[in-house]
Amino acid sequence: MSDQPTTAVDLARNVRDGVAKAVDIVDGYLARIDERDDEINAFNLVLADQARERAAEIDEMVSLGRDPGPLAGVPVGLKDNLCTRGIPTTCSSKILADWKPPYDATVVTRLRDAGAIFVGKTNLDEFAMGSSTENSAFGPTKNPLDTTRVPGGSSGGSAAAVAANFAAVSFGSDTGGSIRQPAALCGVVGVKPTYGAVSRLGLIAFGSSLDQVGPFAHTVRDAAVALETISGHDPGDSTSIQQGPLDLSPTLDLGVAGLRVGRITDLPKGASPDVEERLEAAFDALREAGAEIVDVEMPAFNYGLTAYYLIAPAEASSNLARFDGVRFGMRTPAPDTNSMYTATRTDGFGTEVKRRIMLGTYALSAGYYDAYYGRAQKVRRLIANDFAAAYAKADVLLTPASPTVAFKLGDKASDPLAMYLCDTYTIPSNLTGDPGMSVPFGIGEHGLPVGVQILAPALKDDVMFRAAATLERHMQNHQDQNVSGS
Amino acid sequence: MSITYVNDDGYYPSNEEHPRWEHEGYELVVGLEVHVELATRTKLFSSAPNRFGDEPNTNIDPVTLGLPGALPVLNRQAVELAIRLGLALNCTVQKSTFARKNYFYPDMPKAYQISQYDEPINIDGWLDLPDGFRVGIERGHLEEDTGKSTHVGGAGGRIHGSDYSLIDFNRAGVPLVEIVSRPDIRHPEQAKAYVTELRGILVAVGASDAKMEEGSMRVDANVSVRKPGADFNTRCEIKNVNSVRSLGRAIEYEARRQVLLHEAGEPVTQQTRHWDENDGRTHTLRSKEDADDYRYFLEPDLVVVDPGIEWIEAVRAALPVLPSARRAGLAAITGLAANSEAIMVVTDRGHDSFVVDVAKHGGDASITLKHLQQLPEAAGVPAEDVAKLTTMEASGGLTATQAKQVLADMVDAGGGDAEAIATDKGFEAMGNTELESMVDAAIAAQPDAWEKFCAGEGKAMGALVGAIMKASKGQADGKAVTALLNAKKS
Repeated sequence: MSDQPTTAVDLARNVRDGVAKAVDIVDGYLARIDERDDEINAFNLVLADQARERAAEIDEMVSLGRDPGPLAGVPVGLKDNLCTRGIPTTCSSKILADWKPPYDATVVTRLRDAGAIFVGKTNLDEFAMGSSTENSAFGPTKNPLDTTRVPGGSSGGSAAAVAANFAAVSFGSDTGGSIRQPAALCGVVGVKPTYGAVSRLGLIAFGSSLDQVGPFAHTVRDAAVALETISGHDPGDSTSIQQGPLDLSPTLDLGVAGLRVGRITDLPKGASPDVEERLEAAFDALREAGAEIVDVEMPAFNYGLTAYYLIAPAEASSNLARFDGVRFGMRTPAPDTNSMYTATRTDGFGTEVKRRIMLGTYALSAGYYDAYYGRAQKVRRLIANDFAAAYAKADVLLTPASPTVAFKLGDKASDPLAMYLCDTYTIPSNLTGDPGMSVPFGIGEHGLPVGVQILAPALKDDVMFRAAATLERHMQNHQDQNVSGS
Repeated sequence: MSITYVNDDGYYPSNEEHPRWEHEGYELVVGLEVHVELATRTKLFSSAPNRFGDEPNTNIDPVTLGLPGALPVLNRQAVELAIRLGLALNCTVQKSTFARKNYFYPDMPKAYQISQYDEPINIDGWLDLPDGFRVGIERGHLEEDTGKSTHVGGAGGRIHGSDYSLIDFNRAGVPLVEIVSRPDIRHPEQAKAYVTELRGILVAVGASDAKMEEGSMRVDANVSVRKPGADFNTRCEIKNVNSVRSLGRAIEYEARRQVLLHEAGEPVTQQTRHWDENDGRTHTLRSKEDADDYRYFLEPDLVVVDPGIEWIEAVRAALPVLPSARRAGLAAITGLAANSEAIMVVTDRGHDSFVVDVAKHGGDASITLKHLQQLPEAAGVPAEDVAKLTTMEASGGLTATQAKQVLADMVDAGGGDAEAIATDKGFEAMGNTELESMVDAAIAAQPDAWEKFCAGEGKAMGALVGAIMKASKGQADGKAVTALLNAKKS
């Protein structure tokens, strides 16, 4: 990635202005995929023919004087848990390996209507359960910056696709950090918007009260445009907020003067020194840009992980019950119905998915509900109270996005708890439904990128983006000072 | 009485062989759970049509099939109908939520049912039976129906031993309200009356067509017996009751079975039991120990349902007059008891308003009611024509028999003037002199019968009346004849 990738905003402008052809753009991206994705494995499926066809349509529209939309000709990667009509949507699971949805996710429809071109379905941890994309039935995705390392997860394929410039923008889902953590590990921007800002219709559910779709991009502005495109009320999702698309781009240049940036004084320890150092640098950069740094206390933050690992598996155990071999997906034949269920689910699901189904089933069981699921929901309320108190003092909060830079493939694969700890900083905002995003902010250990997480109150995605844009500008202005560690 | 039986599904006495539980000093305790399909255009959580009897698997969509990525969106019409029936059952309509009830079954597409659980839309109502007995309603909650399995091959259409199963998902996602009564019912007849009355209310408010035979109304009975005043005993839930008559039979059977167990000192175990229409018995379906752990939790794909006071009051204001009030109205203008058969039948047919119309036109309400009970088609005749007819009948200008014939003509002709039709038919009120001479002639012709009648043998009257009616070609008023005969006897 020696040459600077063209931003989605520039690509679309060039296509709309007739300066560039979408077919040429798409060919360039497909060539890079062809060249390198055997190694990276960012995609479960590359949609080369469809992409070229769609690009020709876009060019045709432009030549007829019609505007294909704000993402005209922009090559886009879609996490393989977003339903695409007639195109396999697998969740990187054996159980859905051959399933073709009869409908598009709302996000997919909106992207297509905005002129985006889908270049492929990206790899993920099976059913979005994991933090390294190693739990894929189709093999792990590798970090394009160092292929001995993981790209993070669960949206590792989408993060890697942008990092390798296989796509200008990609989309993932974030249930406990599945966009922000891989964005940090791959050195790209990743956003989990306010819960309900983006429709979940057609996103194959993991934890329904936590899941949210969001973009990966090279720049904060690209991420803003991508999120503007997919957000806004959808009558097909009852939890979708009754308001129009998020309005982000116009505020990016407003800066952070007067903004109160919160430092969580009792934040769980565990981030490595290089990450801590970059976080401090981020506070400094924002202060320099006119923000006020304030201390906040969030004693319940630390319990987020525990509560999450009861709530998310509980919802997952129910959401994944439909994969029973009766109506769609894989079926392992057996002499009677119950044996068929067992055989299908035993063969179809991977180890981590089974672990979470068991965990969730247990947490909801009669006699255990109050002690586990019920208590976890109480903790969820306590965390929400903490956030409310913090946001009374601060407009945004800053934390690491991931405790470390990208780790080696296999390092945590056999230690679920170590893997779960990757999401310590990202999980709480899923529990509250607040937005969060990761912005690359320099280099840490092993020359690998570090991501800083910005958190904001619900529906204050624009304020979050202002802080992100400020950090990004700081990095552009201080190219030479951004390396710490080795 | 010594009866051998095994504690379960072995020999039990039939209803005829064993006396009612009252004789054994037991009291019956019944609570009913009634599922009704709401008469909405579309399903509870999707726009797939809600229609009975279509080709299998045609009224389906991604939500109905529980496809990955599909999401439920609540049907406003279903909520409105649920509120309507809740208000008709005197319930409090409250803010409510949906939960997931998790269990695996092939005709349950998502492997969970979306159902209201701890916060149902309707709570704490009641239903008054026609005789005034009040049955409490605990709740009336919204939930989605399952698909329908057909097990092919093997015995009895059960899944066990079948060769294969077919599933029709047309019914999956159809909106249901489950109406749960309190355990207030003490007699099978009350249970039957409850279901009949409930059906009348559901149809009246347009919530459901409530057809037990099509499955749009399904009744489960929770049955136990106890010594009066004692605590409730363990109950059994009876399923597969497909008619009001079967409901009475099933409860009767189950009560007897439980009395026998109690009398033998054997425990009644909590079970779900299947009513078998053919052998007239209930059989074990599953025990409490086998029951699924449904792992209920709040449905995260839906939000709180808060209809708000304005909507609720608008629904209340638009409620039609309910059957009980309509019966009371008929009782007031006819002088009959509100639960008399004529009033029940005519109201059930929806003809009570016709009786009221006739009365408004100056007709006789109770005579109209009597005619309508026997000739429902009369409700299609203009009310003023029937009013005139009943006035003639009431004043003795026509006998009941003549009036009936005139009315039949009116039905055929779609109306007409009662006086003109009666004249055409040669009906004229018979003078008392003419009638008396006929009575005297009949007595003279049958002296034996007259003697027996005078000696108090009521049956003998029939022969005399018959002869008089014959002589009058049916024009004599039966009541007048009887009165004359009685007068001559003394």
